[in-house]
Amino acid sequence: MTVSIVRFGGSNCDRDAKRALGHLGIDAEIVWHGDGLPAETSGVVLPGGFSYGDYLRAGAMAARSPIMAEVREVAADGVPVLGVCNGAQIGCESGLTEGAFTTNESARFQCEHVYLRVERDDTPWTAAYDEGDVIEIPIAHGEGRYELDDDRLAELEDGNRVLFRYCDEDGSVTDDANPNGSKHDVAGVLGERDTVAVLMPHPERATLPDVGPTDGQGVLRGFEA
Amino acid sequence: MTAYTATVTVRLKHGVLDPEAETTKQALERLGFELEGLRSADRFEVDLEADSADGARERASEMAERLLANPTIHDYDVEVDER
Repeated sequence: MTVSIVRFGGSNCDRDAKRALGHLGIDAEIVWHGDGLPAETSGVVLPGGFSYGDYLRAGAMAARSPIMAEVREVAADGVPVLGVCNGAQIGCESGLTEGAFTTNESARFQCEHVYLRVERDDTPWTAAYDEGDVIEIPIAHGEGRYELDDDRLAELEDGNRVLFRYCDEDGSVTDDANPNGSKHDVAGVLGERDTVAVLMPHPERATLPDVGPTDGQGVLRGFEA
Repeated sequence: MTAYTATVTVRLKHGVLDPEAETTKQALERLGFELEGLRSADRFEVDLEADSADGARERASEMAERLLANPTIHDYDVEVDER
């Protein structure tokens, strides 16, 4: 039972993810994308970073690498898959999740702590929280604005696929609390199955007690389920 | 087989925010230019051989569908010229 953290050329949150999972007692190893997924993979992390230098679009190249076909296969079998930041962009580009994460409304790279409202508490990624809980997790991205046409976004919302929304400290979802112009303040979404999730904020950077808030632990505990 | 260049132009769908274009527009205005709007697009020139212009267009369109464009946010068009 080992979580595979897929390292692409340009991934840079792979070691953070391993350490954060290790802190929670979850066995994880870093897997080079070219080596494919190990047979004993019990979960997959698509970590943050700048795979392939964000060439073409963030996540575009990694999404089309052969290992992603394997990731889609195990995801369809119910193996938990979590995409964080660049991993979220890869998840959307590869069709694991709906929508696209594109250039921030500010057109700037933004590195800051944000608040997220938990929209569902009945998924592996949010079982540690209650619906409506507010958690503090950092973002670090230039292309995190969630984009999806109105009709498909309505379908996504009707199907309860939105996992997190940006909010203020009190849990109010407002334009001011939305750091990147994401449509309907979406910060993270679920795939076809609840066991697949992507989000732009970094739960692995809010897990170790010696580096600040630990609100991200609950997300990573999705791999314990 | 004939040699073609397929030019694939990828642009954001109408209504999708383009912060980079907006920033570029503001920079032009700072330089003293007057303009009402600005849109940007990516252009890919693909050299390939095909039986016909339609064949070249079809293959370039598939490239756009599968990689060059992200259908969630982009529209694209393809022009084919003999090389």
